[in-house]
Amino acid sequence: MMTNAHDYAVAAPEIFLAAASMAMLMIGVFRGNGATRLLCWLAVAVFAVALMLVLQAPAEKAVTFAGAFVTDAFTSFVKVMVLIASAAALVMSLGYIRNEGMERFEYPVLIVLAALGMLMMVSANDLIALYMGIELQSLSLYVIAAFKRDSVRSTEAGLKYFVLGALSSGMLLYGCSLIYGFTGATGFDAILAAQQGQDHASIGLLIGIVFMCSGLAFKVSAVPFHMWTPDVYEGAPTPVTAFFAIAPKIAALALFMRALIVPFFGIAGDWQQILVVISVASMLLGAFAAIGQSNIKRLMAYSSIGHVGYALIGLAAGSAEGVRGVLIYLTIYLAMNAGTFACILCMRRKTGMVEGIDDLAGLAKSNPLMAAALAVFMFSMAGIPPLGGFFGKFYVFVAAINAELYALAVIGVLASVVGSFYYLRIVKVMYFDDEAEPFERPIGMEMRAIIGLTCVFVTFFAFYTAPFVAGAQSAAAALVP
Amino acid sequence: MLAIFEIGLGHYLTLAAVLFTIGVFGIFLNRKNVIIILMSIELMLLAVNINLVSFSAFLHDLVGQVFAMFVLTVAAGEAAIGLAILVVYFRNRGTIEVEDINLMKG
Repeated sequence: MMTNAHDYAVAAPEIFLAAASMAMLMIGVFRGNGATRLLCWLAVAVFAVALMLVLQAPAEKAVTFAGAFVTDAFTSFVKVMVLIASAAALVMSLGYIRNEGMERFEYPVLIVLAALGMLMMVSANDLIALYMGIELQSLSLYVIAAFKRDSVRSTEAGLKYFVLGALSSGMLLYGCSLIYGFTGATGFDAILAAQQGQDHASIGLLIGIVFMCSGLAFKVSAVPFHMWTPDVYEGAPTPVTAFFAIAPKIAALALFMRALIVPFFGIAGDWQQILVVISVASMLLGAFAAIGQSNIKRLMAYSSIGHVGYALIGLAAGSAEGVRGVLIYLTIYLAMNAGTFACILCMRRKTGMVEGIDDLAGLAKSNPLMAAALAVFMFSMAGIPPLGGFFGKFYVFVAAINAELYALAVIGVLASVVGSFYYLRIVKVMYFDDEAEPFERPIGMEMRAIIGLTCVFVTFFAFYTAPFVAGAQSAAAALVP
Repeated sequence: MLAIFEIGLGHYLTLAAVLFTIGVFGIFLNRKNVIIILMSIELMLLAVNINLVSFSAFLHDLVGQVFAMFVLTVAAGEAAIGLAILVVYFRNRGTIEVEDINLMKG
């Protein structure tokens, strides 16, 4: 194990992203908004290089910056997902930002900075590092949400996201301060060492953990801290919504897992009940509140709240099996959501972008391939075998049953039955309703590539489950002692 | 008799908790102006700083004060971004009343 206080090589992907974002900013300053397209592709290249740096890092645990920064198999697994999600979201935005007059060079730079914040969150091993990572990510996201600055809805989304995000940061920090006060340390390993031999938290520490959980629940948009999600998803520009739905969720869930499992493993019984409640409430709200929606972005917001609920089942189990389930769930969630949002981004008529579910009517006739792909994503989100979504749910439910959380698993299955109603409704609208005015064609090479790749990934997941399960297994083993 | 007047850790924590609660209520009960929400957020972060610094002093451990410096720095950045978003919103909408921020609901 590496114990050097400042071993910069451990943080190579983050350092590279930070330097690259500054270089991109300079290019933007000197070349102006005309360089946006170049910078977008440059950002994708930067993500690819960072991905290679992540992949060539050794799998064993390494810490640096006085224990505040850690890399292991778990961080590598999540970082690969975050980088792929960020690159996919950026590629998806290319057409949109050109058509909607959003072509300003700050956009790719902000996405790179947000991704840097997410990587720092995933690697945080100290309360200060956790806070700095979250803030770097959140501050970039607030600005990206309001990026369409002449649109009332986009700026309103940015304002709402900012106010509620700052509130959640405040709660998270208050929790961190109490945890620091009652254990005398900010490093996760030192916090664990401080409660040696206890199987229950002191009341002050418990309050700290509750505040920290509510702050983190905000970031993953779990009930009862979900209220910003539908408004922000609806108001933000669609490619930004796609980015919000995939990358920050994955990073925040990974952080949620590390921040509970590593420092508070000894008192797992105390925080498990919090997560059980959050998870049940998210699954139920995600299932019921989405039924009445007519805007597809809003529907995806409720759907993502539900998905977070399922993922949190694995965390509530608190075992290596549970963490493995969450990681598999997130992998499939990433593919399903990237594909669905790529389809939503293709919903464009001569008059502009449309986002009503009714606008999808008769898509099976006007664009059968896209309708088929969207149907696959919807069936997968509903959890119908043999599509990928089924395996995601399967592994978290298995973890819940092995952790004797039977009620949680049963409610999860029931909620997923209710949830299939609105997923299937979209399929019904596409295939059986009278044809609406068709969308503009062609949809662009990059969209076709994303929809095609994610669709193949989700459809044939059953054939290559084994390597993903093995990867998630070793990642989980690195996190859970 | 003197012990009653001695200010201990509990007093600092109570002060911080009160300030934090005022900050949270300032966000939820305020129906007027978004600027007041920004002030409430600052109040919450300052309450956290009181917590951190008093713990740091009582634990004889500097990390808490380092943490407080980080919080101060980020709070400055957060306020700058919040005000920038608010200005953009005001240009579009012509108002920053909390009750008017209701374009999306449900």
